[in-house]
Amino acid sequence: MKNTFKISLGFLMIAVAITSCNNGNSSKSKGALSSSAAEKVYIAPGEHDEFYAFLSGGFSGQLAVYGLPSGRLFKVIPVFSVDAEKAYGFNEETKPMLNTSHGFIPWGDSHHPDMSQTNGELDGRWIFINENNTPRIARIDLTTFETVEILEIPNTAGNHSSSYVTDNTEYVIAGTRFSIPIPQRDMPIKDYKGNFKGTLSFIKVDPESGEMNLKFQILMPGFNYDKAHPGRGKSHGWFFYTTYNTEEAHTLLEVNASQNDKDFIAAINWKKIEAYVNNGGGKKMAANYAHNVYDESTHSATSTMKKEVIMVDPADVPGAIYFLPTPKSPHGCDIDPSGEYIVASGKLSSNLTIHSFTKMLDAIENEKFAGDAYGIPILNFEDILAGVVEQAGLGPLHTEFDGEGNAYTSFFISSEVVKWKLGTWEVIDRKNTYYSVGHVMIPGGNSQKPYGKYLLALNKITKDRYLPTGPEVTQSAQLYDITGGKMELLLDFPTIGEPHYAAAIPADLIKSKSKKLYKLEENKHPYAALTDDDTKVVRNGNEVHIYMTTIRSHFNPDNIEGIKVGDKVYFHVTNLEQDYDVPHGIAMIGAQTSELLIMPGQTETFIWYPKLVGVWPFYCTDFCSALHQEMQGYVRVSPKDSDIELSWGLGDDDE
Amino acid sequence: MKKSKILMLLAALLPLGLFIFPLWNITLEAPQYPIPLGMNIHINDFSDAHPYDIKNINLMNHYVGMKYIPDAIPEFKIFPIGILITTFIGLVIGFKFNYKWFLAWFILMVVLSSAGLYDFYLWNHDYGHDLDPKAILKFTNADGSPMGFQPPFFGSKEILNFRVHSYPRLGALFLSLGIGLSLFSYFIGKKERHSSSITI
Repeated sequence: MKNTFKISLGFLMIAVAITSCNNGNSSKSKGALSSSAAEKVYIAPGEHDEFYAFLSGGFSGQLAVYGLPSGRLFKVIPVFSVDAEKAYGFNEETKPMLNTSHGFIPWGDSHHPDMSQTNGELDGRWIFINENNTPRIARIDLTTFETVEILEIPNTAGNHSSSYVTDNTEYVIAGTRFSIPIPQRDMPIKDYKGNFKGTLSFIKVDPESGEMNLKFQILMPGFNYDKAHPGRGKSHGWFFYTTYNTEEAHTLLEVNASQNDKDFIAAINWKKIEAYVNNGGGKKMAANYAHNVYDESTHSATSTMKKEVIMVDPADVPGAIYFLPTPKSPHGCDIDPSGEYIVASGKLSSNLTIHSFTKMLDAIENEKFAGDAYGIPILNFEDILAGVVEQAGLGPLHTEFDGEGNAYTSFFISSEVVKWKLGTWEVIDRKNTYYSVGHVMIPGGNSQKPYGKYLLALNKITKDRYLPTGPEVTQSAQLYDITGGKMELLLDFPTIGEPHYAAAIPADLIKSKSKKLYKLEENKHPYAALTDDDTKVVRNGNEVHIYMTTIRSHFNPDNIEGIKVGDKVYFHVTNLEQDYDVPHGIAMIGAQTSELLIMPGQTETFIWYPKLVGVWPFYCTDFCSALHQEMQGYVRVSPKDSDIELSWGLGDDDE
Repeated sequence: MKKSKILMLLAALLPLGLFIFPLWNITLEAPQYPIPLGMNIHINDFSDAHPYDIKNINLMNHYVGMKYIPDAIPEFKIFPIGILITTFIGLVIGFKFNYKWFLAWFILMVVLSSAGLYDFYLWNHDYGHDLDPKAILKFTNADGSPMGFQPPFFGSKEILNFRVHSYPRLGALFLSLGIGLSLFSYFIGKKERHSSSITI
């Protein structure tokens, strides 16, 4: 209690300090509004944005697609949470996507999108994003902008240090934020220290299909593994993870995990461990985790439970893992485009610590160790230090790079973005954010080739920035022009959920590959009706399967009789359209599920349990055409013991 | 070989380009079709300008009761045979006959092409006017007569929300070049004969 009080007092003083500090700044930084900010973000009607930006939805579980510089929202891609609008997790085809070892989970917490790369540059094929709560990684195909794969991560809790991608998308990684008993077992929480463990997971990505396969996990000491980034260029082959709670506290972490002056960055030589595993190294360990894959030809997902992982004990691969002492519970762990600098944001510090990869290798070679933690060598802080950005701000979190030798770090407590120079460590510029910035993002800013034109600040708090909407107000993103010496705030725009991290890519790299429709001739859905001749209604006991088609502007069949109370009725609906942007929807009164929203050439299924005798309508939910309002049908529901035969039709006239 | 004969042989061969390139194109523009719908007419086929265009033209047209564009029409059999036969005749003329026959081939081709175009016009007219009485949308002209939706025979025209363009394509150019060239070779032949008679 006393400790809590002291900390509160401390923050109060900090807050006072910041307020007075900012007063000095704000009088000077009026420039943004007087310049042509509006022109720089204005995209004329019908024109396209220069960049796609993918913003994590945080506790919405989804991934939002925006245009930059306009800040316009194009699509919310459902990933880890059900989406009634798109029937994601509601229709029979996508329910398996949300299967886990805990069963069907309708919600997730999406954090850090990262794009596939080739030779350290964005290649625009896939975007990955991690789920924190039920540890998972998803892959989204950038031709369809749909989630096509979700892999659950076993032996992990709070998959936060994820989902970062290596230079050639060899691996996408996961890491546990909460250490846990591994394997899980019933034990006292107070016995945490020394008994709880953390795992770091390396997921191999197939270079052609993109399919993910958990290649190995590393069994690490019971710290909290917070953020990570892969080495780039010269440091390719290494991965760097920040840790906090090296105290191994299990209660009141805000105090007990903030006692050590330094925590660690774990430097992992994954190439070395990969070779060890390829030579049969590592122990096979029983596990149970879901691998869910969406097949574009069947328009359906399948979920497979995997039963084994390869667990690597660091003690068995000497020389593969080192701890770099890093001040004050570091959060962000960012690697500059050259791969030389490892920028650590000690979130309880006012300084930024930058380690040198070259010095790290040198220290390792000369075995200059300060000791070890659970057998993992600890390097000397002074031996590996490249530099410090002194008194840069308060609460540093994350850093991105512009490719011109500058770095941009977010400061949560002092609500600002600070631009500084790599090598000289001098602060060049600082701009306020409104308010409490988390991540910052420069398109390609965590690759070898940043497109250093814009910086996006992703803010946690907006308070008075927009029209108020009751107690719950939006979170936001703020766009800065970083082409000049000084940053210039251009735009404020609201976001879905909480925008943790984001990724952006020049639109030209992906827009021409964006699919317009699914070809009917490639539709392999087992219940598809690919022509009007394929439409039918089939009874199998109390299960009834309706093979239905849609095309402007009717359902086929649109009159169905012979359905009985107690039946389980499957509507398998194929959209026969082969034109861009002509989806059809369908909703059935009393169906305890969502609508379907079916893209051209696609087949989707919902289940209806008719409970009441009567004649019940269904209709198209997406304004598809001039005759959309006519796009409807009826199902006659008879009593359970009725002997009315199944019949169906379309246009069999009212003469 | 005389220049005129070479030209005549070339003239006879040029219409074969119709087997490679489309004869005609009809394109429909509307605001909600930033990529217009288009149909290419070949001598033996209708084809999509972009994937699924014909399917989507049919979908549009069913609102006003127009028939579906058929997969095949009898002309697709007759026209290729006609082209093959006339090319064969042209080659025989080129090799064996004198320049006066070049003119005959020219006239034959003009007559046949005109007949073909007239046939196209009739089909077009029927397509635009023979409407389903149960059409979803019925439009009338200012004088109260039912509105037709015939694409222009040649040129561009507003039809409801569409602007329809109807123009010849590369295949037609090959055909007309062939026809033109046969007339040209006739004149060349005439000149050659004239000059040779002088030298003799």
